[in-house]
Amino acid sequence: MSSTFFTEPPHWRWLIILYFFIGGLAGGCYFLASMIDLVGRPTDRPLARLGYLIAFPAVVVCGILLIADLGRPERFWHMLLQSATWRPMLKTYSPMSFGAWGLLVFSAFAFLSFLGALGEDERRHRFSFLRPPSVIGTIVSALGGLAGFFLASYTGVLLAVTNRPIWSDTTLLGAVFLVSSASTSIALLMLLGSRRVFLVGGLRALARFDTFVLVLELITLVALVVSLGSLARVWLSAWGALLLLGVVGIGIIVPLILEVRAHSPLSASARAAAVLVLVGGFLLRVVIVLSSEAI
Amino acid sequence: MPEPMGFYTDTTVCIGCKACEVACKEWNQLPATNGGRSKLSGDSYDNTRRLDGIHWRHVKFIEQFDAERRQGRWLMMSDVCKHCVRAGCLEVCPTGAIIRTEFDTVVIQSDVCNGCRDCIGACPFGVIDINPVSGTAQKCTLCYDRMRAGMTPACAQACPTASINFGPIRELKQKAQARVEQLHGRGERGAYLYGADEKMLGGLNSFYLLVDKPEVYGLPPDPKMPTRNLKRGSLWSALGAVVVGVVGLISLRSRRDVNV
Repeated sequence: MSSTFFTEPPHWRWLIILYFFIGGLAGGCYFLASMIDLVGRPTDRPLARLGYLIAFPAVVVCGILLIADLGRPERFWHMLLQSATWRPMLKTYSPMSFGAWGLLVFSAFAFLSFLGALGEDERRHRFSFLRPPSVIGTIVSALGGLAGFFLASYTGVLLAVTNRPIWSDTTLLGAVFLVSSASTSIALLMLLGSRRVFLVGGLRALARFDTFVLVLELITLVALVVSLGSLARVWLSAWGALLLLGVVGIGIIVPLILEVRAHSPLSASARAAAVLVLVGGFLLRVVIVLSSEAI
Repeated sequence: MPEPMGFYTDTTVCIGCKACEVACKEWNQLPATNGGRSKLSGDSYDNTRRLDGIHWRHVKFIEQFDAERRQGRWLMMSDVCKHCVRAGCLEVCPTGAIIRTEFDTVVIQSDVCNGCRDCIGACPFGVIDINPVSGTAQKCTLCYDRMRAGMTPACAQACPTASINFGPIRELKQKAQARVEQLHGRGERGAYLYGADEKMLGGLNSFYLLVDKPEVYGLPPDPKMPTRNLKRGSLWSALGAVVVGVVGLISLRSRRDVNV
């Protein structure tokens, strides 16, 4: 038996699952927005704007969820400052410590880009320099995009750097969460943009991107199960059924079929596919977190 | 600088009296379970069941009987934090609440901990948990307050059979080795030391004399540091980011259907 089965669960439940899901959307929507802004067509700018407008409120929600989950919420700042000396508290080898700083840095970029996205509005034009193609906007978007990739994946590494069954028996959770963040964020942008006919070009590009990412997600999930080896038998249970039917079936296979059949990214089937991808992404985090917590 | 201190627990002389549990609770003023209304386990004479935030000592009862209950034996083991030389909890703690003391023991500072619970999943022995009164992670301190005053930890002081031995690690290892040889000489060939060796997390400052496999006592056969997965996990994530980034760039740049 693996030594990980002799440990105790850290009681990370629904608040943390929600954080993993919404944090993935925040990071994912930002890096998608920055990619659209930096390499996309000028006609796609409203899609990027949508991404920035989602990312900052989402990361604020993440902060609230994380603080609420602490045993002593009023001490949340101990993650960033040493309580006795007020010096910075950073352990580069602790994903939670590094992640707390990563979240803070990402929040700063998300806030600047949020202002930049608001600057598209005539009345708040003075903030438009915070978005590409301005030099400052380009730097903010590029660095914020990297921070978004970090936010989308470090939570998987955080789980791997424990001694818990499943989580620490593989090193692929970071990659799985990152790919899932990409697919759910694309789905959210497609869903929110699907009523705007003038975005159809960008939405088509996103739909194509989503197809690739969903296939990639399927590959990473298979690799995850293979990497667990004989320990994957713990998923010969209701959790495994949820993984197979909910995450793979409803969250990947059915959306892929719907996307291939959809004649337009504005169609009802494309919207249904996006909703199912979001449901699958949420269920993925439910299965990963709770199947280990239950042991 | 004081020399490293710790526990050597000889499980062969433990009688399961739980005096150590009581002494620990009393000295450290740990609250009762469920407001004092303890639930019986129903399948064992042990009703504590596990170490957690309000049980820093736990005497395990391993009841090995055959189906007819004609033959069998009891194994008793007073479990506690191992005060690992390479401690996973200390490594991951994001607030710096977990420190190594001058006695080479590992202590959680309750006034610094914010209850993030990262240490609970990182501990390879399942020792740490939240104390519901303080809202912080707690475990054995090896009676740091008593040690600073030159006193023996409460559990070792209370142990009536000298199953729990306290002292400098160097002396404890010599004593434990002599006991293993004595047991081997008497025909108990299964006796061995668990965690006295530096191969296990740099050595456990609370190590054990066992007479069966570690798993039988609920101990991991091969405990590891949580950070073993850090580098590889980060590299796979970075590779995932590169693949998603490249696929995204290709998807966003190549438009066959711009004019819809």
